Amino acid sequence: MAKVLIIAEHAHGQLNPSTARSVTCASAMEGAQIDIAVFAADAAAVATQAAALQGVSQVLTVNHPANAEPLAAVLAPQVASLAKDYSHVLAPSTTFGKDLLPRVAALLGVGQLSDIMAVESLSRFRRPVYAGNAIITVEAPRDRTLVATVRIASFQAAEAGGNAMIEAVALDVPLPAHTRLVDRTAVRSDRPDLQTATRVVSGGRALASAENFSLIRSLADKLGAAIGASRAAVDAGYVPSDLQVGQTGKIIAPELYVAVGISGAIQHLTGIKDAGTIVAINKDPDAPIFEVADIGLVGDLFAILPELESTLAAA
Amino acid sequence: MNKILVGLKRVVDANVRIQVKTDGSGVVTDGVKMAINPFDEIALEEALRIKDKGHATEIVVVGIGPDDVQQQLRTGLAMGADRAILVRADAAVEPLAAARILLKLVERESPSIVLLGKQGIDDDNNQTGQMLAALWDRPQATFASKVELADGVARVTREVDAGLETLDVDLPAVITTDLRLNEPRFVKLPDIMKAKKKPLDTLALDDLGVDATPQFSVLKFAPPASRTKGVLVKDVAGLVSVLRQKGVL
Ligand SMILES: Cc1cc2nc3c(=O)[nH]c(=O)nc-3n(C[C@H](O)[C@H](O)[C@H](O)COP(=O)(O)OP(=O)(O)OC[C@H]3O[C@@H](n4cnc5c(N)ncnc54)[C@H](O)[C@@H]3O)c2cc1C
Ligand SMILES: Nc1ncnc2c1ncn2[C@@H]1O[C@H](COP(=O)(O)O)[C@@H](O)[C@H]1O
Repeated sequence: MAKVLIIAEHAHGQLNPSTARSVTCASAMEGAQIDIAVFAADAAAVATQAAALQGVSQVLTVNHPANAEPLAAVLAPQVASLAKDYSHVLAPSTTFGKDLLPRVAALLGVGQLSDIMAVESLSRFRRPVYAGNAIITVEAPRDRTLVATVRIASFQAAEAGGNAMIEAVALDVPLPAHTRLVDRTAVRSDRPDLQTATRVVSGGRALASAENFSLIRSLADKLGAAIGASRAAVDAGYVPSDLQVGQTGKIIAPELYVAVGISGAIQHLTGIKDAGTIVAINKDPDAPIFEVADIGLVGDLFAILPELESTLAAA
Repeated sequence: MNKILVGLKRVVDANVRIQVKTDGSGVVTDGVKMAINPFDEIALEEALRIKDKGHATEIVVVGIGPDDVQQQLRTGLAMGADRAILVRADAAVEPLAAARILLKLVERESPSIVLLGKQGIDDDNNQTGQMLAALWDRPQATFASKVELADGVARVTREVDAGLETLDVDLPAVITTDLRLNEPRFVKLPDIMKAKKKPLDTLALDDLGVDATPQFSVLKFAPPASRTKGVLVKDVAGLVSVLRQKGVL
């Protein structure tokens, strides 16, 4: 039987939706008992949200002033001490999970599996390599704890409606003081979150300036969409780095993805492979983005975007 | 002595279109262009800049893999590293084993910083730096887009999902690089000649006493599911009408 521990990701008292998606991954493991651990200064609010996810048996809260910020070096020894009672330890493959879980795995002396995209059995999983250009089937040793991150674009969020027990645990683990948070500049906006939005409009190098990116913003507003970008647009400083979509940015699976002035390099495409409908607007008919687009429109974005917006407004 | 250790992984060049072998045993690597993992080039560039500013005296590049890794180490020396170490491993090395190997080198070299890439663009693991930091019991600052050094502390800005985060970590520490940290320099021909004379030591896994036997077994490689061919529309009206037909508007 599998006993799965999921490490909750949260901020400002809100459970990150990536946690509910990790629950769905765990639910795909036959007979799994699923617990969620919430590390915080005060975990109560987040624990309530976690306990409401269907399929969760128990929520463990670990309240400690040192857990006010999610520092991998501080959390890892605590997770490792909880892990002893579990066959599987999961976290979402977000920057939070990617930072934390390898540190946990090393403390446990086990390897880690990154980006589970499909569960074949309790020890057999599929994951992407080479920017998603190959999918490997991996067998993990059954006699050790499996530590793994979950590719959240591959799983729907678990529904609410559950009613798990919440239990506070005290851990007697020495915590390091060598790592200190100085500052966090979270770009908070009213726009939908890129990682969970059902619609995303992305701009590339062709936007040519930060000012021109307002074209992307206003189309996104019309569509109720989140904003994304290619690496070239981020490198050029048109938008902040947290909007980068792709192999080394965010992997997303919106219902609608609109790529504007993006060529479609493999590193970008791997970030959108699971999108429902991909629309490409590009002036080069040979751009590789058209090989994956469901709907392609060849032309100049500076003419197309204003027209598209007014057509949508008219409807 | 302030040393910086930099990991250089040999990977298939980022511009190569990867093909899965028809028998599912791996990806085609015969005759394919190999390169330093792009994130590791950024790591080395950062180390060189830290040295230029006087915060380090020696830069040691480390590659783990077959003899061919010497090519990438020579390139690293041509970029400006002082010395190279090749740890010979003919089979694939998982991140935990790579971290254990790097730990042995850390114990020998006592660096103040280990700079690695955030991920190898072949296996896309994103693990080694965090594992090394755990085994070494030292801080980690992953996904770095800015590094400043003062008084035994590194102030590192990190690219996280929500935006940017700044950490102070006591040295020694492990730092892993993100794309925006810097733009690596190009190697000049005279430097390639000079690099041939720089020291490159080779160690065997046995010399370090590390067991690199993999824990996971890869059963199969498969190409990703392909998307069905789409339609080209003539104009904005056509675009909107197809979107409506598909029910996504
Ligand atoms: C290690 C590594 C990791 C990477 N990770 C990522 C990643 O995570 N995400 C990512 O996106 N990239 C990533 N890249 C970069 C990737 O290889 C490409 O360089 C990048 O995606 C290109 O961005 P782009 O499409 O905006 O720019 P370009 O490739 O320059 O394309 C611009 C496109 O705009 C079109 N265009 C120009 N003017 C107009 C106009 N007026 N109207 C309409 N179309 C126009 C052009 O025809 C062209 O197709 C990575 C690269 C490396 C080496
Ligand atoms: N075989 C290797 N040789 C040298 N450095 C490595 C090796 N494997 C991993 N690394 C370092 O660890 C980083 C992260 O790799 P990974 O955890 O495999 O994604 C790489 O960018 C390298 O800096």
